[in-house]
Amino acid sequence: MSDCHGCSASSTVTLPDPAGLSEKSLRLVAIVGPPNCGKSTLFNRLTGLRQKVANFPGVTVEQRTGTVRFDDGREVRLVDLPGTYSLSTRTEDEQVTHDVLLGRRDDVPRPDAVLLILDSTNLERQLLLAAPVLAQGLPTLVVLNMADDLRRRHGSVDLEALSRQLGAPIALVSAARGEGLEAVREFLSGKAAPPAQTLIELPIITDVPKCRMWARQVGSGANYRAPAPPLWTRRLDAAFLHPVWGPLIFLGVVLAVFQSVFAAAVPLTDAVRALVDRSGGAVAAWLPEGVLRSLLIEGVWGGVGSVIVFLPQILVLFLFIGVLEDSGYLARAALIADRTMAKVGLQGKSFIPLISAYACAVPAIMATRTIENKRDRTATILIAPFMTCSARLPVYALLIAAFIPERALAGPLLGTRAATLLGLYVLGFLAAVATARLLKSSILKSHRTPFVLEMPPYRWPTLRSLGLRLYDRSKVFLRRAGTVILGVAIVLWILAHVPLHDGKVPRIEDSVAGTIGRMVEPLIRPLGFNWKIGIGLMTSLAAREVIVGTLGTIYGMEGNPQNLNLQSAIQKDLTTGGAIALMVFFAFAMQCMSTLAVVRRETGSWKWPALQFAYMTTLAYVGAFLAYHIFS
Amino acid sequence: MSRQKKPLPAAPHKSHHASTLSQLREGEQGVLDRLELSLDEAQRMMELGFVPGARVTAARSAPGGDPRVYRVDGSEIAMRRETAACLKLRRPMSVRTAP
Repeated sequence: MSDCHGCSASSTVTLPDPAGLSEKSLRLVAIVGPPNCGKSTLFNRLTGLRQKVANFPGVTVEQRTGTVRFDDGREVRLVDLPGTYSLSTRTEDEQVTHDVLLGRRDDVPRPDAVLLILDSTNLERQLLLAAPVLAQGLPTLVVLNMADDLRRRHGSVDLEALSRQLGAPIALVSAARGEGLEAVREFLSGKAAPPAQTLIELPIITDVPKCRMWARQVGSGANYRAPAPPLWTRRLDAAFLHPVWGPLIFLGVVLAVFQSVFAAAVPLTDAVRALVDRSGGAVAAWLPEGVLRSLLIEGVWGGVGSVIVFLPQILVLFLFIGVLEDSGYLARAALIADRTMAKVGLQGKSFIPLISAYACAVPAIMATRTIENKRDRTATILIAPFMTCSARLPVYALLIAAFIPERALAGPLLGTRAATLLGLYVLGFLAAVATARLLKSSILKSHRTPFVLEMPPYRWPTLRSLGLRLYDRSKVFLRRAGTVILGVAIVLWILAHVPLHDGKVPRIEDSVAGTIGRMVEPLIRPLGFNWKIGIGLMTSLAAREVIVGTLGTIYGMEGNPQNLNLQSAIQKDLTTGGAIALMVFFAFAMQCMSTLAVVRRETGSWKWPALQFAYMTTLAYVGAFLAYHIFS
Repeated sequence: MSRQKKPLPAAPHKSHHASTLSQLREGEQGVLDRLELSLDEAQRMMELGFVPGARVTAARSAPGGDPRVYRVDGSEIAMRRETAACLKLRRPMSVRTAP
């Protein structure tokens, strides 16, 4: 298959000599399939990697390579690809699949076999993709996924008949449960034959109705019995998409999450704080007075420790996002949000990356690849950083705990602290929506694009998948604490200890760090911030939560090193108005190098990240100024 | 997930008035006749199952009735009313009873 113009669908495939096959071992195998059929789940099962999976179409937006190892030491590389309904592509993620499969990318050689994953509970429609993929002439294993679901809902298919119909081997698996994977591994180990001729001639793939007829013929030839409709999905939709109950349920869940970020996470937060304090105390007692002790206690424990205590609250948030994504509710949320999004010139599909941005803007900006319209996509990229990412949470949590007294607003359901946090999330969302409106009515104006989205059936989020999400998130968080935050803390500690006066450490105000802080002070004085906050604002350009570590280091140096109570220390430096202004500043400001870098990569120019940075910083300054004067 | 105790969603019934998908009320069914969309958009809708001759059932919608979810070919696809209005249905007499 040297010069294969895949899409023009050669209708017959030559049968190679079966005898010579066992010699050829596979090196690179591509995983291809429609969206949300479980490709990444299978990829994770086979490679042991942890590519992100969730229950909505468009989770995977770029290719990812992993290795499958066999007992005899041999290895096959597996490339996981974004889902696609056909090989005629419309979005950037589909383009990736098309290009890899046809060998048109520089970074990935053309695969020498294909795992075609199809959702067995909806086989006839999913078979549409089989025609163009089989036409590629590569050895193909057709993997029918979600076997457990098919069984439970009383569907069935004759595998041997289907194999004859398609001229390719078939494996019936449940990737989520790890059932039936031996057949897949056997195929990968290189004993499989290229596709033979299909019984029913492959249709011209641009003629979709013909393809559909072909798929139906194949399905009936394989005695495919479609499973009963997913009753639970319909029951849940009857509630979640109910005109009255739907929005109320949504509101209730959101309130519960914000309340639990403060209430339910408290015991865990206290435990982590006690651990940080006690280990800091032990180190302080063990080390002799001196530079090393000062660096460790003020720099490391004061800086890194004060950020780490916010991990439990972040995990509560991630647990919620995980349930949202894995259950299939996210697609419904996009449906409900479409009308609102349409008013600002975007559509429901933009809503999915925006929800992901509550975790982190970087993957969210990648997720915009599923949006067909380029201008809509750029607009979504530009507004995504307004969504309250988890790096803002430590800043908010610290300031709210220090300045907002806890009072019940609606019994145990909602307290003032949770309400303030909710208010900040709403503020970010409103800024995003208003900015979208501005962009879509000016520089990114375009025709309305149709909103078309497949609704996945609801699935139970598995404990394993939720657990892995939290574990991975903790790792990312702790790695950042151990690199960026630790690095900044050490540099800051050094800058706060020089220049030495007569061999003595200067007062912080007179140190290099203090001097820089006092230089910017006039600029931020109108917002109610002093030079210490100024230092924090500068260090937080690396990543938002760094400000917490920075303040931890500064206060650690000023006060009693045994007592790292950031909350009471910061109360001396900010008024309530200033604290609110600081939170508003963080709600709007673009303080994240990784986000700017990914915006540059996804938009292909520095123009957009520069505009984004200038716009968001201006908005943050003006917003904080207004907040300070309103609340003082 | 489902044990069939009671069939909660009522069996879809044929619509006698609708000439486009957007005119189907919740629970009603029609047979798709043609897609009055640009070639590219039509192809995409067909890939999702909206091929001429397909039986389409209107399902739940967002509050306010737009966008709405349609059941076709074993899956559920949401679209806006403006798109649904471009998907024309066969005249009722040609609707055959569901199996």
